[in-house]
Amino acid sequence: MAKPRAYVMVSVDADTVVIGAREVKTRLAAEIGGCGLGGEVRVLETGSFGPSDAGVVAAVLPDGVVYGNLTPERIPQLVEEHFVKGRPVKDWLLPGEHFLPDPENSDPRGQQYFGRIVLDNCGRIDPESIEEYIANDGYFALGKALAEMTPEALVEEVKASGLRGRGGAGFPTGLKWSFCASEQADIKYVICNADEGEPGTFKDRLIMEGDPHKVIEGMALCGYALGASQGYVYIRGEYKLSIERIRHAIEAARENGLLGKDIMGSGFDFDIAVKIGAGAYVCGEETALIESMEGKRGLPRVKPPFPAKAGFRGKPTNVNNVETLANIPFIIRNGAAQFHRIGDPGTPGTKVYTVLGHINRAGLIEVPTSVTLRDVLEDYAGGMRAGTFKMAQLGGTAGDLLDASMLDVPLNYDSLAKNGHSLGSGAILFMNETVKVCDFLHACMKFFAHESCGNCNPCRNGMEALLELTERLKQGAGYPGDIALMEELVMGMQSIAFCPLGQSPAAPVLSAVRYFRDEMLTGIDADAVRPRPEHTMRHLMKLAS
Amino acid sequence: MANTCECEGSCTSVVYEELDAFMADCPKGRDRLIPVLQKAQELFGYLPVEVQEYVAQALELPVSEVYGVVTFYHYFTMEPRGRHTINVCLGTECYVRGAKKIVEALSENLNIKMGGTTEDRRFSLTTQRCFGACGLAPVIMINDDVHGRVTPKKIAGILAQYE
Ligand SMILES: Cc1cc2nc3c(=O)[nH]c(=O)nc-3n(C[C@H](O)[C@H](O)[C@H](O)COP(=O)(O)O)c2cc1C
Ligand code: FES
Repeated sequence: MAKPRAYVMVSVDADTVVIGAREVKTRLAAEIGGCGLGGEVRVLETGSFGPSDAGVVAAVLPDGVVYGNLTPERIPQLVEEHFVKGRPVKDWLLPGEHFLPDPENSDPRGQQYFGRIVLDNCGRIDPESIEEYIANDGYFALGKALAEMTPEALVEEVKASGLRGRGGAGFPTGLKWSFCASEQADIKYVICNADEGEPGTFKDRLIMEGDPHKVIEGMALCGYALGASQGYVYIRGEYKLSIERIRHAIEAARENGLLGKDIMGSGFDFDIAVKIGAGAYVCGEETALIESMEGKRGLPRVKPPFPAKAGFRGKPTNVNNVETLANIPFIIRNGAAQFHRIGDPGTPGTKVYTVLGHINRAGLIEVPTSVTLRDVLEDYAGGMRAGTFKMAQLGGTAGDLLDASMLDVPLNYDSLAKNGHSLGSGAILFMNETVKVCDFLHACMKFFAHESCGNCNPCRNGMEALLELTERLKQGAGYPGDIALMEELVMGMQSIAFCPLGQSPAAPVLSAVRYFRDEMLTGIDADAVRPRPEHTMRHLMKLAS
Repeated sequence: MANTCECEGSCTSVVYEELDAFMADCPKGRDRLIPVLQKAQELFGYLPVEVQEYVAQALELPVSEVYGVVTFYHYFTMEPRGRHTINVCLGTECYVRGAKKIVEALSENLNIKMGGTTEDRRFSLTTQRCFGACGLAPVIMINDDVHGRVTPKKIAGILAQYE
């Protein structure tokens, strides 16, 4: 068959399946076939390539145009106009620039070449085809490592790349690997943390749906570096399509001798299994995740010992985030030096975000770690959709609230830390002036109160107290002193809660007070008299004893 | 989805057999508890104490441990649920985009409170953390189907799809 002259890539991910992406794809293939163009134009299923609020989206390559809000009814006209007559249907084109995955693609601001590292295949290849992954340099890194590199050299390469964990804490990945690599044990485990539970964050889902083999290859490389023979992907139960595609990818890799015994004849054995979560936010924390994998309640463990020493089933275990692992093939394929040149030197590489809120283009983006919040807002998110920028929450519900004074800080661990903030999990929520800080905080606290496991008193009662406090402020019925009380509470919880969940409300609350104290004060009723008993830390401690 | 059979007894032995078969297939060890409970809930629709005791005995674990796990995870329930479970997303994005109005509309439409089940066992109504489908906010999930951009007006039409 002749080489097709065009490809139509329909983004089929868990969001668009709901609104009929598969029907659109079927109809497209049927219409194109009906016009006798079946040999020239190929219709393919891909993962998401960005827009998340534009309905069913399809890109035409190599033309580079993107259609949004497609329905099966629109397809006949689209095929007739675009493919038969050769003129794009302007009304249905998605306005604005697109981050169409293209290796030649430069930064949309035209300043700096970076391409994409993690999402380079998303939207470009069929995630269910291992052949397409391989055709795009897939498993090249694994082959290179097995043939040319010792496990020690692999760890060194990752160390030299400066890659830091993308799961929230930003711990240097190479260093983490070296802990586990130096342990002696009959078996070691590699776990991919795909429990993604931070509200507003769904980048890991889109990575798994769009390019599952990249995650598998990253895990295999990690396994080789650490001397581990078994990997697990711990996926949250709601991510049905991710589970399906990862399972499919594992099987395809096994059939091709890229997982299992004696991979590529190197003598290295490595296999991967999927574990499905049963729903608890705290299970995203790595030791809680391990407990959950062992069939127990997902309560975080007391550290040390760290998982690198005694993790899953008491054996040395390495836990990494999906995005972290998806960076590994690039680093090994192109070398640490090339990776290190991208983005900010303190946190080299790129970061994947889901951007949401009152903006023109919500969706998935991958940007070098040197870009600022303003760059993301203006260049990638297309500016505010309505109103003016008031604040952004960085990194999901447990993340910091930032105001306009932080717009020019580069989004990476070091620059943010200098300003007393952290990067979080990879979600950015932009809000305009219609969102009241107290309402927003209340919504955040609701989430935490729902997720508190009730195991430790400061968290269980603290969350309830915070819920009450924010409810009062929201209604303008706060008692004088409520803001100080709130600060005392979250700081108290930060220091004595048993697990990191209880420490989480500190970030949104303290940053809200830092930037929006005046607005929060309007939630206080100066004449209100506080009834007894008070929710103070002392009171909580008394309850606890 | 949920098997909420009304024949009381006569068919449950079949369900237990299926559970036995599943347990026999699982690799031994403590790890299998959660997959087994996930399977049991899929088969029985919920996890009453009898089922927990059964699982505990089969896996040679104390019932208290099984109970501890069941009560810890959101996925498990000890109350019989309706044939269809409606999960409303509680995430920030959905909240900001009006999830509360959806909850009100659902409660009104079904005449049940959050956490309740309709008398005819058709629907149960619960909330959940962010589904990671925020681009479609506000989102509800019925069984395994995600419905995005829900408005109070659309509720009746969506519910009608589920018998
Ligand atoms: C309450 C809580 C929830 C977390 N949830 C996640 C999560 O959903 N996904 C994730 O990758 N890491 C999560 N983490 C971070 C993990 O504990 C761990 O740091 C991470 O998996 C390490 O991977 P990395 O080094 O590749 O970043 C969470 C941490 C805490 C305290
Ligand atoms: S907030 Fe509802 S799906 Fe994310």
